[in-house]
Amino acid sequence: MARATSRLTRKRMHEMYRAMLRIRRFEETADDFYMAGKVVGGVHVSIGQEACSAGVCAALREDDAVLTTHRGHGHSIAKGTRLPEMLAELMGKVTGLCRSKGGSMHIADVSKGHYGAHSIVGANMPMAAGIGLAYQLEGKGQVAVVFFGDGASNNGAFHEAMNLCAIWKLPVVFFCENNQYAVSVPAEYSTSVDDISVRSKGYDAPGLTVDGMDVAAVYEASQEAVAHARRGLGPSLIEAKTYRFFGHSRGDPHYGMYRTKEEWEGWKERDPLIVCEKMLKMTAKQKKAHAEAVEAEIKEAIEFAENSPEPEESVALEDIFA
Amino acid sequence: MPELTYVEALNEALHEEMARDEKVFLMGEDVAFDYFGVCSGLADRFGRDRVRDTPICELGFTGAGVGAAMAGFRPIVDLRFMDFTTYALDPIVNQAAKLRYMLGGQLSVPMVARIPSGAGLQYGATHGQSLEAWFMQVPGLKVLYPSCAPDAKGLLKTAVRDDNPVMFIEHRLLYAQKTKQAVPEGDHTTPIGVADVKRAGADATIVGIGYQMGHCLEAAEALAGEGIECEVIDPRSLSPLDVETITASVRKTSRCVIVEEGHLRSGVGAEISAAIQEAVFEYLDAPIGRVAALMAPIPVQTKLEKFVLPSTEKVIAAVRKTLGVSA
Ligand SMILES: Cc1ncc(C[n+]2csc(CCOP(=O)(O)OP(=O)(O)O)c2C)c(N)n1
Ligand SMILES: [Mg+2]
Repeated sequence: MARATSRLTRKRMHEMYRAMLRIRRFEETADDFYMAGKVVGGVHVSIGQEACSAGVCAALREDDAVLTTHRGHGHSIAKGTRLPEMLAELMGKVTGLCRSKGGSMHIADVSKGHYGAHSIVGANMPMAAGIGLAYQLEGKGQVAVVFFGDGASNNGAFHEAMNLCAIWKLPVVFFCENNQYAVSVPAEYSTSVDDISVRSKGYDAPGLTVDGMDVAAVYEASQEAVAHARRGLGPSLIEAKTYRFFGHSRGDPHYGMYRTKEEWEGWKERDPLIVCEKMLKMTAKQKKAHAEAVEAEIKEAIEFAENSPEPEESVALEDIFA
Repeated sequence: MPELTYVEALNEALHEEMARDEKVFLMGEDVAFDYFGVCSGLADRFGRDRVRDTPICELGFTGAGVGAAMAGFRPIVDLRFMDFTTYALDPIVNQAAKLRYMLGGQLSVPMVARIPSGAGLQYGATHGQSLEAWFMQVPGLKVLYPSCAPDAKGLLKTAVRDDNPVMFIEHRLLYAQKTKQAVPEGDHTTPIGVADVKRAGADATIVGIGYQMGHCLEAAEALAGEGIECEVIDPRSLSPLDVETITASVRKTSRCVIVEEGHLRSGVGAEISAAIQEAVFEYLDAPIGRVAALMAPIPVQTKLEKFVLPSTEKVIAAVRKTLGVSA
């Protein structure tokens, strides 16, 4: 498993820490709001996996694309998606990114290169290949990153998309967050390999497994894969070993059903925020500055979302055709 | 006006649209060397980047088409057999049709899926289906099905220019037809959602879908010999459907038969029939007739296949029945 080297600047590390904290606080807010009955539809939080979102997106240009999954708040935020409109979307407000018609599982901010959360497991990978194809034909050096889970790596869509990207050398990075479970089914049971990254060998593409709780390691692996794609050398597969601290979705306990308390506690010790704080030897003052800045953003998002109106019924019949 | 076959008309539309807009590209299995002829000359003229053979992965390349469309291109994916769309239903039904809506209008998916369909060549149950009714069920998709060369060219050009996902249905027996029809040169486009009256008549309306138009016109010709004048309407666009043109005809004739190659149950005819009775119930003098594939998989054996599929004879019988006349 690849670990971070020390080439990273402290500034970049602080930026990634800020992004992780922003994701953590947004998702804690989303979860609280869900419990308070303020969220329309389901919510799958990625708390525990923030290093993946922050590390990958820090390696991207603004005009690069990301595509994500049902567990996509983190990737969305790290790619620059606006928090107020995102929270409004979760709350069923017409000011939401998708005018309240997509919800948590379809967050998108195309203006920021965020081509959508996609709730059909695996579906985002062929689309990423297509966006990669568009980028290759246009020749502006853009890259598409597609996030997916250990569960999705067993879907045919993954394999078809990997093969297409490999034969056409498309600028696509496949980033698999192996959080060990697909709902309740362990990857150990459902997946033919221990390290999902070895599946890249079947497509003659680079594959690497990284510590998904270490944002620096994720960043460095992503930089390499993104550079490889930009040079026209084709896709890579990165697998990040990680863990979700919450249940699959709401109503699913943190542990006790299919995960043991011991396992959960073991991973909690490696909370990506704490790992990053330690690496940076972060002072109390620095921590406070990060926390205050993020709190202000969350507060602004809440105010915007809570004060936004619900849609008129007529909105249900809009945006069907261009 | 030059005369073209159905295949030549489709081919001309592809040549013209690819020359007009470099964002248009074509991909699918065996498109560079296209044994159907629809893609003839495209690879040589536009190169393999824009006329792209794919591996056999309908989900993968249709999904990639959706992605390329999201990123501003105008892909045409060639699915070869309508039966193979089962592998591509996720990108078509869950992604292409829904993305604009789910994303609140942030983007659109201007993709054309070319879908050769149909039976009659003894290919059997998995290479001969007509599943157009499935796609009519999905909000966000347009469904076109030209029955003749001029419409084939005009509708394909319009489909490529449309900013929405379009299911463009063709028929393999129309590929085989050697008869030529006048097809306007150059920028000939056919509007989506406008039916065409292929033959005028006052005694009964026949609505024919796609390849079945041939049987409908033959039936109308034969019935004219008996003094029964049929009005034959080709919707051309199944979604959106031009209900107006159909009901205007039924107001005049008071009798209607709908002919399609798909299976009867919940088929195109069921939808059109419902639309007719909603709009002009009081004008109807007889139950609406439907001719469709019987509720059996398409068999290989020639005699059995013929038994299951619509035919000119079956159309004639249905029209007679609606008029209450015997042979
Ligand atoms: C095609 C499809 N099958 C099943 C589901 C239901 N489902 C939603 S999330 C999920 C688990 C996905 O697991 P994984 O890919 O590991 O992602 P994670 O939830 O762990 O982030 C399942 C089975 C779905 N949304 N789409
Ligand atoms: Mg998982």
